[in-house]
Amino acid sequence: MSNDPVLLRTNDLQTGYHSGGKRIVVSGELPELELQPGRLVCLLGPNGSGKSTLLRTLAGLQPVLNGTIDVPGVEAHKPAELARKISLVLTDRVRGNNLTVQSLIELGRYPYTGWLGVLNEADKAVVEWAIGATGISALRNRKAHTLSDGESQKMMLARALAQDTPILMLDEPTAHLDLPSRIRLMRLLHQLAGQTRKAILLSTHELDLALQVADTVWLLEAGGRLHQGAPEDLVLNGVFEAAFAEEDIVFNKEAGVFVIHAAPGKPVLLTGGGITFFWTQRALRRAGFTVVTMPVTTPAKDIIYHVRIPDYPTRTSWLLDGKGASREYTSIAELLQAMR
Amino acid sequence: MTESPIQKIRLAGLLLLLLLAFLLDLSMGTVKIPVSEIVRVFFSPKTANPTWHFIIARIRLPKACTAVLAGCGLSVGGLQMQTLFRNPLADPAILGITSGAGLGVAAVMLTGGSMATLFAIKELGVSGSWLIIGAACVSAGAVMLLVLTLSRRLRDNVLMLIIGIMIGSITLALTSVWQYFSDPEQVKDYLLWTFGSLGGVTGVQLSILSGVVAAGLIVAFLSSKMLDALLLGEHYARSMGLTARRARVIIICSTSLLAGSITAFCGPIGFIGIAVPHIARTIFNTASHRILMPACCLIGTILLLMCDMVAQLPGSQSVLPINIITSLVGSPVVIILLLRRKNLNSW
Repeated sequence: MSNDPVLLRTNDLQTGYHSGGKRIVVSGELPELELQPGRLVCLLGPNGSGKSTLLRTLAGLQPVLNGTIDVPGVEAHKPAELARKISLVLTDRVRGNNLTVQSLIELGRYPYTGWLGVLNEADKAVVEWAIGATGISALRNRKAHTLSDGESQKMMLARALAQDTPILMLDEPTAHLDLPSRIRLMRLLHQLAGQTRKAILLSTHELDLALQVADTVWLLEAGGRLHQGAPEDLVLNGVFEAAFAEEDIVFNKEAGVFVIHAAPGKPVLLTGGGITFFWTQRALRRAGFTVVTMPVTTPAKDIIYHVRIPDYPTRTSWLLDGKGASREYTSIAELLQAMR
Repeated sequence: MTESPIQKIRLAGLLLLLLLAFLLDLSMGTVKIPVSEIVRVFFSPKTANPTWHFIIARIRLPKACTAVLAGCGLSVGGLQMQTLFRNPLADPAILGITSGAGLGVAAVMLTGGSMATLFAIKELGVSGSWLIIGAACVSAGAVMLLVLTLSRRLRDNVLMLIIGIMIGSITLALTSVWQYFSDPEQVKDYLLWTFGSLGGVTGVQLSILSGVVAAGLIVAFLSSKMLDALLLGEHYARSMGLTARRARVIIICSTSLLAGSITAFCGPIGFIGIAVPHIARTIFNTASHRILMPACCLIGTILLLMCDMVAQLPGSQSVLPINIITSLVGSPVVIILLLRRKNLNSW
């Protein structure tokens, strides 16, 4: 561990809730978890593994079942003090309520304003910074309920930033967003962690994005066990694969993605290079072939096709050898059509 | 949230409108008194017509003041309930406190106390009876204590809403049981009370009502920051440092004081509590309770004064009950406003 101060530390934490006098345990006893300044932590796990419960427990929205959560500078369960340490972006949909984007973000200053909630110049400056950092200046006079999902998520992030806390927690911030918005949001969070030295904890289903931006991954298994470490370590020691293990889903360590079909198909030899090779390989796998690359270990008689990608300087094409013939194709669609 | 100059101008405009409505309300009635004479009654009472002086000081001024108190209290209570429960249909009666007051009144009117109540009603008018006010206060207070006790135990505002409605149903059912076993004459007396009246609150009663409503309004104004936070829902509100249960108790306390006292003194007055917050949001186009609270006070008062004027039935000797007029006159106003806005999502 580094010399950075710890912003939040758990001890023997167990999450869950009380329902009708019964204790419903969601997670097992978790290892010691820490949040540090400038670090982005991604909380990953299959549906139902208790990501939201853990996040809400850490944020103080629900009581711990066992153990302690220590936030230096905050006495236990004092919401007013906690609100200056932890800000949240939740999955709760914020409905109309006639709020403009600007006034919704200004609500983030709640822990700092007096009993009437009047903003002073310093408050206004923080709000302006939050609006600028999330790039939603053009939206500020719109009504909150008229925003798209992506815009709405940025607005809620701006509100959390306006709360100006050392810790920022986000519950599935990329849900409901399209791919470019997801990537932009993750990049923004990654930058914010570096620039503002905030500790950012987010739960997500976006494994590939999380692997790219996370400094640390907390991986919750369905049984409530939690593994933590650098994302690359978790990939290499197979924890990642084990957590999401399903019969027909395989984690491809080379590509860092989950692959749907595992059943081996007919072998096809693929030779060539560059980006065309990568995408051709993907296409062949999708079409159900097992792609064989150099050096060939599969017996030659089993290989039914040989796809070559010639290195022409001006155009891209594919040469298909097999079944006693050789033809050239100019698109992957044509190539696959011919191989079926 | 910051007030814009336009919003300040609108508040000032409403204040002027309120003064005008107040004067008109004093001038209108079975005896028409010119506005200039009203001014004379206020500033040089000795030179004023003694009859008019009596009518204004003893009848119309208390009634107009009661309208101001009820208008402020009911609309602010409605605003608090709509925000607390995040429900555009909520009003101050939703916690069951209004029907609690009704239960007290029914208990006194419909059981044994008929001699006493009938005498009191004949002497002081339906809503002017101390006995009835006392009974309404006691039972509204009992229901309020019950609601507050429950609200401290619950985690969820939606549960609170459902429980409030259930408590209201129970008190209404108990009242119905009493009605079922009572003489038609007594039931008629009770029905008269449910029509509501601004006219019966005078003298000491008016000072008591003003005191309680002022207390409720002060608590309400102090809770406006909490209400702003609750606009984002309970989770966000808590993440910003709001202690959800304490906020709920404070807000329910304020609404109970307002709705309970007004119902006890004036009888149930519907519609104002549910409609005025919507009108205020439409006129001021904001969600900030720092603006909506005074706006609700002004609009609620103006609306109730106007309803009172309509209730006088210009050119006639009879007076219609206020509870009928508020719904009859007010509902079309709200329908028109909402139709112009077309967007129910943004309540």
